[in-house]
Amino acid sequence: MAAKDRGDNVALPALGFLGTLRWMWTQLTSMRTALFLLLLLAVAAVPGSLFPQRPANPAVVTQYIRDNPETGPILDWFQLFDVYSSVWFSAIYLLLFISLIGCVIPRAIAHGRAWRSKPPRTPSRLSRMPVHGSFALPSGSDSQSGGQAGGRPTSPHAAVVDAAALLKKRGYRVDVRDEQGSQPSVGAERGFLKELGNLVFHLSLIGVLVSVAVGGLFGYRGQKIVVEGETFVNTLVGYDSFTPGTNFSEDNLDPYSITLEKFDVTFDRQLTHYGQPIDFTATMSTKTAPGAEPEQRILKVNEPLTIGGTSVYLVGNGYAPVVTVRDGDGNIAHQGPVVSIPQDGLFTSLMVLKVPDARPEQLGFVGFFLPTAAIDENGVSFSRDPDPFLPQLNLNSYYGDLGLDDGEPQNVYVLDTDTLTELNSRNSEAGGIVLDAGETFELPEGKGSITFDGLRRYAALDITHDPAELGALVFSSLALAGLSASLFIGRRRVWIRAASGPDGRVTVEYGLLARGEDHRLAGEGAAIEKLLRERWLADTIEHDENETAHVGASAPGSGKDN
Amino acid sequence: MQNINQTLGQYSELFMLLAALAYTAAFLAFTWDLVKSSRRIREMEAGLAETAEERQLVLAGAVAGGKRGKSAGALQGSTADDAMDYQGEKRSAARIAVALTVLAAAVHAVAVVSRGVAAGRVPWGNMYEFCTTGGLVVAVVFLLVLTRKDLRFLGTFVIGLVVVMLCAATIGFPTPVANLVPALQSYWLIIHVSVAVAASALFTLTFAMSVLQLLQASRVARLAAGGGDRMPFMRLVPSALSLENLSYRINAIAFVLWTFTLMAGAIWAEKAWGRYWGWDTKEVWTFVIWVVYAGYLHARATRGWTGTRAAWLSIVGYLCIVFNFTIVNIYFSGLHSYAGV
Ligand code: HEM
Repeated sequence: MAAKDRGDNVALPALGFLGTLRWMWTQLTSMRTALFLLLLLAVAAVPGSLFPQRPANPAVVTQYIRDNPETGPILDWFQLFDVYSSVWFSAIYLLLFISLIGCVIPRAIAHGRAWRSKPPRTPSRLSRMPVHGSFALPSGSDSQSGGQAGGRPTSPHAAVVDAAALLKKRGYRVDVRDEQGSQPSVGAERGFLKELGNLVFHLSLIGVLVSVAVGGLFGYRGQKIVVEGETFVNTLVGYDSFTPGTNFSEDNLDPYSITLEKFDVTFDRQLTHYGQPIDFTATMSTKTAPGAEPEQRILKVNEPLTIGGTSVYLVGNGYAPVVTVRDGDGNIAHQGPVVSIPQDGLFTSLMVLKVPDARPEQLGFVGFFLPTAAIDENGVSFSRDPDPFLPQLNLNSYYGDLGLDDGEPQNVYVLDTDTLTELNSRNSEAGGIVLDAGETFELPEGKGSITFDGLRRYAALDITHDPAELGALVFSSLALAGLSASLFIGRRRVWIRAASGPDGRVTVEYGLLARGEDHRLAGEGAAIEKLLRERWLADTIEHDENETAHVGASAPGSGKDN
Repeated sequence: MQNINQTLGQYSELFMLLAALAYTAAFLAFTWDLVKSSRRIREMEAGLAETAEERQLVLAGAVAGGKRGKSAGALQGSTADDAMDYQGEKRSAARIAVALTVLAAAVHAVAVVSRGVAAGRVPWGNMYEFCTTGGLVVAVVFLLVLTRKDLRFLGTFVIGLVVVMLCAATIGFPTPVANLVPALQSYWLIIHVSVAVAASALFTLTFAMSVLQLLQASRVARLAAGGGDRMPFMRLVPSALSLENLSYRINAIAFVLWTFTLMAGAIWAEKAWGRYWGWDTKEVWTFVIWVVYAGYLHARATRGWTGTRAAWLSIVGYLCIVFNFTIVNIYFSGLHSYAGV
């Protein structure tokens, strides 16, 4: 009959709407789904390391799409350049965390209940436990004085009470049942921290995720290049580039200022790694507010500077040649340092200078700054050393409309030469501009002149504010602690039952059960038996009478819950 | 800045070569042990087949299922002890192998320490140093585990891997002693990298055990189906289940260490680059490895996923580690590409 009923139920397709929802929820929160989503997450993270990513490197992505006009847009459509904010990656981790919540909450409730309840009732057959054993006490009370405290128990009741005390000392929660009956027993349980650790671990992962999200909402991040002697003020216009969090407001900026007094670089001068940088030190003078007293502080790689709720990082450096440009009318159209971008370890640096104020024609320069100029056998200039032993500018010059007046933002480090007319260049017969320190070059056609006045260094700074950083640290530390507790604490139950045998002797029987992985279960069983024997049988040697049957725990996760 | 002691650095390289030679000898001895022992077992079994009673006696405990067929040799899946405790029997080749490993590790330690002294810093700042120091940690961890458990059957595998690491370092990434680039000048280098290396060493052991577990499982299945024994040396290896259980325990420790590596890396990234997580290539792979091993731990608690599937996850996790260490370090660009290749 029962079988038929069940058959009918299976045949019924309609679960109903709620039933379907419940079914989906059960599926989503199953261990199998969690495992599947975890593995999917691992796979989904990989493409982010294969393709350039927009958040880290927008320019490289643009270049990639330009170089691969066929595949690029398709990859882009699949969000392979924004993997970690893509719909599919987000879907996977959100599902995983929903599954996690659905999995953890019921477990937390169950665990809370287990914490308050008594250890589970004593199974009727302890010999079914993965680790078990039994032994008999000799009849009569402890005749000699060698017995330990309490001596040998003479009744099953006394034995169980004694065993309970011993288990309690070993960190178990104990419960004595059927005290006055014929088969009194003690149920004991320990290792609640294992499950607690597991719950803390999983919940902390949610905490980490939330912290990251909060940081994204309220934090901000900006970049600024500061040349020696220049000052950065923490206002929106002060930044070269700025990425606000979704909930950012300009009022969040604390108007402190930092001045780069000096930037020192040390290069390795030993033969094997000649020219490798070994130290960058920026000496800063900081003011917490516009009128405040300046304070001198040091900024280094790996040693950020905290000020006004932000952290300031040294992320790059280079040379800024100081240049004066006079225009065709003889007026100074530009004067000051020009930031050049290092292209290699020898600080061969790309330099672009746009002079929109030059009259009658706007001027543009592109070329290289070489800290220690040299010429190779093909007549090409290159830098021989990262230190400025023989600084030199190698530039091409252009004139025409720089296209800056229509208000469209331009990359200051790129000169679009298509719309300009070349004045001179390395490739032309007359050659390009070659300037050693202090020299001036007269541009052809009376378009003006350019002077290489001197040299300064600059520091590239990243300035960030992340209000949730501490949260992420706390939650991940909690996760680590919970994880360790979960993996290294053994959660197990022990039952000990005593009874009077037909010959009047007290027989003791015990069984152990692990919940979850526990390779020490057999050892714990042996240890408990040894303790009991030492306590009760110290004065007797009865090898054959006390045959014990040990069965080691074998299968993983053998926890058979009641 | 500390002055580099080039002479000491050259001695270090010499010691590294000597260590590599000693490891190679240890590797050969371990292999010899496998061959010899499996031959001896076969001879023993041939003799035993004659007297059924005796066979009964020796096989007791070793054979799991009760089915016995025509020849004892074909049936006996394993002679190894599943608890992986040391047995009384003498395996002189294995003893020599362990002694050679101890010698090699000692010379290796001198090489690594003298390199550190020569550079005036911790000896893990570039690929050469990751490989050589990592190899030392693998060998030392292996020897430490050996003091508690008889894992000598892993010797060929583990010491073979150490030899590969030393060869990769000296041939693939030879790098003279040098100062650290500013990006690496941080005490987080000491914490983060040393824990990562320790975790990787443990994962190396479990990788070897998982591979053996799969081999053993398929071999036993084949024997049970009445097939011949293609890998007689696997008799020295414990059962698939006990390999799985021990590798789970080691993986659990290694996973905690890896979690710490990830966190320490994030803290360092925050110090160096102003964000604790930015999906840099190296960060991506550290994360992938972490998730794969989390999957492994889950698999061990998921019905139908213990045993063979969990072993595969452990292997995949290790392959990701190797990938992260080699391909990612060498070919992928990212903030971490200062590995000094
Ligand atoms: C963010 C994703 C997750 C990660 C990284 C993760 C990681 C882990 C790790 C490392 C363990 C082993 C350590 C321990 O026992 O505490 C574990 C265990 C466990 N996880 Fe997760 N987990 C995730 C999601 C989930 C989900 C969604 C579920 C529920 C469906 C779940 C259920 C469990 C259970 C029941 C255990 C204990 C297994 C045992 O008894 O050994 N986890 N998890």
